[in-house]
Amino acid sequence: MVAVKEISGAMGLTGDQLLDVYYKMLLSRTVAQRERMLNRLGKGPFAITGEGHEATQVGVPYALRPGYDWVLPYYRDIGVALTIGQTPRDLLLALLSRAEDISSGGRNMPSHFSDPKLRIVSGSAPVATQVPHAAGIALAAKLRGLDEVAAVFFGDGATSVGDVHETMNFAGIHKLPVIFVCENNQYAISVPWRLQSSVENVAVRAQSYGFPGVTVDGNDVLAVYAAAREAVARARKGEGATFIEAKTYRQVPHSSDDDDRRYRSREEVEEWLKKDPLTRFQAWLQERRLVDQGALDRMQQRAAQEVDEATEYAENAPKPDPESALRHVLVEEEGS
Amino acid sequence: MPEKTMIEAVRDAMLEEMKRDERIIVMGEDVGSGGVFRATEGLMGEFGPDRVLDTPLAEACIVGSAIGASLNGIIPIAELQFADFSHPAFDQIVSEAARLHYRSNGTWNCPITIRSPYGAGIHGGPYHSQSVEAFYAHVPGLKVICVATPYDAKGLLKAAIRDPNPVIFLEHKKAYRSIKQEVPDEDYSLPIGAAEVKREGTDVSVISYGMMMHHSLKAAEAVEQEDGLSVEVIDLRSISPWDKKCVLNSVKKTGKALVVYEDNITGGFGAEVAATIAQDGFEYLDGPVTRVASPDVPIAPYAGGLEEFVLPNPEKIAAAIRKLAAY
Repeated sequence: MVAVKEISGAMGLTGDQLLDVYYKMLLSRTVAQRERMLNRLGKGPFAITGEGHEATQVGVPYALRPGYDWVLPYYRDIGVALTIGQTPRDLLLALLSRAEDISSGGRNMPSHFSDPKLRIVSGSAPVATQVPHAAGIALAAKLRGLDEVAAVFFGDGATSVGDVHETMNFAGIHKLPVIFVCENNQYAISVPWRLQSSVENVAVRAQSYGFPGVTVDGNDVLAVYAAAREAVARARKGEGATFIEAKTYRQVPHSSDDDDRRYRSREEVEEWLKKDPLTRFQAWLQERRLVDQGALDRMQQRAAQEVDEATEYAENAPKPDPESALRHVLVEEEGS
Repeated sequence: MPEKTMIEAVRDAMLEEMKRDERIIVMGEDVGSGGVFRATEGLMGEFGPDRVLDTPLAEACIVGSAIGASLNGIIPIAELQFADFSHPAFDQIVSEAARLHYRSNGTWNCPITIRSPYGAGIHGGPYHSQSVEAFYAHVPGLKVICVATPYDAKGLLKAAIRDPNPVIFLEHKKAYRSIKQEVPDEDYSLPIGAAEVKREGTDVSVISYGMMMHHSLKAAEAVEQEDGLSVEVIDLRSISPWDKKCVLNSVKKTGKALVVYEDNITGGFGAEVAATIAQDGFEYLDGPVTRVASPDVPIAPYAGGLEEFVLPNPEKIAAAIRKLAAY
């Protein structure tokens, strides 16, 4: 038997898994940048992305079982969708609202991820409405005796919405297998955290609902993964919910229609760019000689190529038939 | 065949469906102890707390978690204690339940039933009396039912529970115990979207639903005895979808259409019925499409006298029938 030496600080992840985590973060960044570029080229009327959130968006779902556990993302979660199993092609088809877009067939705005076979639940745009769905899914799993977990993602803005309070309360009462993931980038569009809450760490609220809340460095993918792994284990064992607050920063404007220069200084943005989650994880991998420059370059090329191919495919894919706008209002009769 | 009240019929429908299909659960405020109207009485003893779930007082979470449960193999019946309290859940109903199927291009669906007592006439004041059906009938992706008889309540509630779409099931609370009717013990369901001619006639068509249908029947009796008028009374039962064919067939026969609804006159569901008759039944008409509804004040002021003044009643309906018949 060959003894496998655990990589120190890797939270039990193997070398291959660590590189896979890095690649998913890189792919998320590449897709996001491409989406914003296509928007600027006039090819899609809207883009909403989350550069800077990749450590959280990859670290949490990496602890889940894709297609078994349930994921309720919000509109910034390109990394969540990719880590659970959507492809750059899926996301680019949604950006350009093509007929075969799995998330919505061009009905929803981009970054409203959905994929029933992956258990990525379709979301809407009113902030926090997806949160009670996670509790319902978890309640159903519990009633059916299944050990499925529901992970619901939202920004710091959502924590002001009553749905979050109502759901945390409900999940606490019934020890529901829910993981609340707050990607706290410290701004609800332009409103800074200090005007959203008088408390520094929103995770402390979990205590009042009777389950653990943890605040982690949301730009440290391994710290996020470790918190998520523990939360998943708790949920799976029937011990109930966990609230994970991942402190991070949105490196880009809220959406393609926002100009963040009106509310954030360039100095502040520059400071946070120094804490970029990809750069940090890359340095961590290099320090441990888990990757060399050649391998990093090859990953970069691979991501660019994947996204190029996805873009080309999506640009050539047919748009939805206009008359299809009338379909699927209600579950249609079989055969219709 | 046993005579039952509407509340008993509602309870029977849930009990029988929950026995038939163990995926069905009931959730809401006070449902475990039977609820304020006793609609869920006995269900806790029969099915236990897993399937008869007392929730915190949080309507958005009741509906939102029902939506979630329905995505994972459960068929929830969510009870909102009064339709007036559906407003905190409006976002979940309108943005989520109604749009999920459409926005996912038909790949997700949400088979939930939201039951709620609605309507005035019991001195419930402005917050236990509202008619909310027009809000939800306005929203594509929902089915909306308004029942006011025991037979219809059992058959349509079963249909709602079995429907793969989100259904808003509104029970007129004044009809809960005021009307008894023979209701079969055996299983039956009624088609959603089918109106019923509750009384046949040839001079005037009265199109109504909910408690107003009962008032319209009384008015029809009165004008028959006092004026010799033959009045047809249609109970829409289902507001969305609604049975345009039944209504237009009746108007074709009578040439006169009176639409009666309890909600405020402006933008109430009867306004849609009236517009449809005006547009699609114009050739049949021999008089103005007429509405009897509540004035545009918050329904319903509490004090005796105030409420009665505001709500349509058999006398007001009879007066409108006479005027229209004479046109």
